[in-house]
Amino acid sequence: MAKGVWIVAEQRYGAYRKISFELVSAARKLADQLGEEVGAILLGSGIEGIAGELGKYGADKVYVADNALFEPYTTDAHAAAIAKLVKEQNPSILLLGASAQGKDLSSRLVGKLATGMATDCVDLKIADGKLISIRPMYAGKCNGEIVVSAFPQMASLRPNVFPAVEKPKTAEVVKFDPGLDPGQLKTKVLEVQKDTSGKVDLTEANVIVSGGRGMKGPEGYGILEELADVLGATVGASRAAVDAGWRPQKDQVGQTGKVVSPNLYIACGISGAIQHLAGMGSSKYIVAINKDPDAPIFARADYGIVDDLFKVVPELTKEVKKLLA
Amino acid sequence: MNIVACVKQVPDTEAAIKVKPDGSGIEEAGIKWVMNPYDEFGVEEALKLKEKFGGDVTIVSVGPARALETIRTALAMGADKGIHINDPALEGADAYNIAAALAAAIKGIPHDIIFCGQRAIDDDAGQVGSVLAEFLGIPQVTFVTKLDVEGASIKVIRPIEGAQLLIQSSLPCVVTAQKGLNEPRYASLPGIMKAKKKPVDVKDAAGLGVTVAPKAKIAKTLPPPARPPGKIICGEEPAEKARELAKLLREEAKVI
Repeated sequence: MAKGVWIVAEQRYGAYRKISFELVSAARKLADQLGEEVGAILLGSGIEGIAGELGKYGADKVYVADNALFEPYTTDAHAAAIAKLVKEQNPSILLLGASAQGKDLSSRLVGKLATGMATDCVDLKIADGKLISIRPMYAGKCNGEIVVSAFPQMASLRPNVFPAVEKPKTAEVVKFDPGLDPGQLKTKVLEVQKDTSGKVDLTEANVIVSGGRGMKGPEGYGILEELADVLGATVGASRAAVDAGWRPQKDQVGQTGKVVSPNLYIACGISGAIQHLAGMGSSKYIVAINKDPDAPIFARADYGIVDDLFKVVPELTKEVKKLLA
Repeated sequence: MNIVACVKQVPDTEAAIKVKPDGSGIEEAGIKWVMNPYDEFGVEEALKLKEKFGGDVTIVSVGPARALETIRTALAMGADKGIHINDPALEGADAYNIAAALAAAIKGIPHDIIFCGQRAIDDDAGQVGSVLAEFLGIPQVTFVTKLDVEGASIKVIRPIEGAQLLIQSSLPCVVTAQKGLNEPRYASLPGIMKAKKKPVDVKDAAGLGVTVAPKAKIAKTLPPPARPPGKIICGEEPAEKARELAKLLREEAKVI
C-alpha cells in the first residue's frame, strides 16, 4: 500500500530554494495527521552535504542522487530519476513547488506516474485518509477542492503561501541510484542568463509595489522604484501598463501574467480589473492608492487611500524610511 | 515542417465566474467563450514557422460542440485542418485523460513541433502539454518566450525566477507557449471565409482507441474566500494619509 508523504526539494547550485522548506513543513503537517513519515527527494550536483538540512523542517528521510547531469535542471533528467524512485518506494502523497521548475517537473511526473495532480494549491487537508487540495481556478475567481484517486496523490504548492516551520529531526540521508542514461536526455541548457537587477522575482517577493494605467507612462514608475527600494520590494505592473510598453512582460501581474502572493501588495493607479484581481487576490495584505473612489480595487483592499498617487507615494516612501530607520 | 497546435476554448478573461449553488461547477450561461490566450501564442508561432519552412498546421482540440468555433478561429488565422475530439466522457476530465486523447489523435499525423499553451486560463492546471509529451515519448520545453529552429533541433528561451534559460531540444518536441512569444494575428475576413471550407475531423474517445479512466476530479467548486472589509484612510493631506498608512502597515498588519 502506498505510504508516506513525500516532497521534491528544489535547489540551484547547492542552495535551497525557499519553497523546499515550505514543502517539507506542509508535508510534516499532513504526515503527522496520517501517522506517516516525510520523505524528501533531492537531486543535484555536489549537494550531498546539504541533504540533512531538510531535517530541520521535519523530514524523516532524504533521498539523494548526486550527478553532474542534474545541474542545471532539465526535465528529462529529473523526471526520469524521480519517477524511478517513486515507483519503487510508492509514497501516498507527492508534493512539489508551483515554481518555474516545479511546474515543469510535476506535470511531466503526472504523465510518468499515471496519476493526477492539483496545481498551485493554497491549502491542503486530510479527510478519511485522502488528500484534499484546495486551489484557485479561473485565476482565483473561484476555488476547487481536488481529490486524486490514483497514487501518488500529487499537488504543487504555490510559493509563499505555506509557512516554513522549524521542527527539527535528524533526517536519515539515503543515497539512491537515479539510473540515468545520458542517451535519454533530449534537452540541454546551453546558457543561464541571470537577471542582474538583484530584485527578487515577483512570484517569490514578500512585498510588491505595483503600478497600472494611473502611472501615466514609463517615467511614472520612478516613484514606485523608490518606494520598492525602501521596502525591499519588487515592482509589478498591470496588463494595461505592460501592453502599453511601459514595463516588461515579466513584470505583469494578473490572469495572463504572474500569479503572486506576497505579504503586502501595494496597488498604485490600478483600477482592479477582474483580470488583475485574479493574479494578486491571495496576497495577505492589499493596499490600494487610486484617485477614483469607485475603483473596484478598493473592494479588495485592506487599506485604501483615495488621492493622487503621485503625491501619496513619495510621502509614503518618506514615512516608511522614517519607520525603518 | 509539420506542426500541431492544441487549443482549448475557455471563458474570456473578463468573464465573471459564478459558482453553481451545489458546488458542482460554474454557471456557463452568459459566458463569452474564446481561444485560451496562451494557446493563441502557440497557434501564431505555428503559423510563423509554416510561413518560414512550409508544411502543415493541424489544430487539435478537446471540447464540446461549441469548441468547433475555436478550431475555426485558428483555421481562420491560417491553420490548415482541424481535429475536434468531442466526447462527454472527456468533459472536465483530468490532464492525464485529456493528454491521452490528444496523443492518440496526434500519433496518427506527422508532427515536428507540438504547441500547447503553458496553461489554460479556466482550470489553470498547466499539465496537459507535459503529459502529452510523455505519452508521445518526446521532450518538452515549457513557458517558452522565444523559439528558433536550427536544423533538427530548436533553441528556446524559458524564463525562470531571476534568470532566463537558453535551452536546446531535439525534435519532435512539445513546446508550451508563454506570453511574450509573439503577438497573435487577427483572422482576416478572407481567412474567415476560407476557414469554413477547411476540413475538421470529429472523433470520440472510442474512435481514438482511448478509454477514459479518471485520475483526479474537482470534488467541489467554491466561491473565493471572502476578504474582510477594508479601511479607507482619511485625512486632509496626502502626507497625513501616507503617515497613517505607514503606521497601520507597521503596527496593525505588521508587514513592514
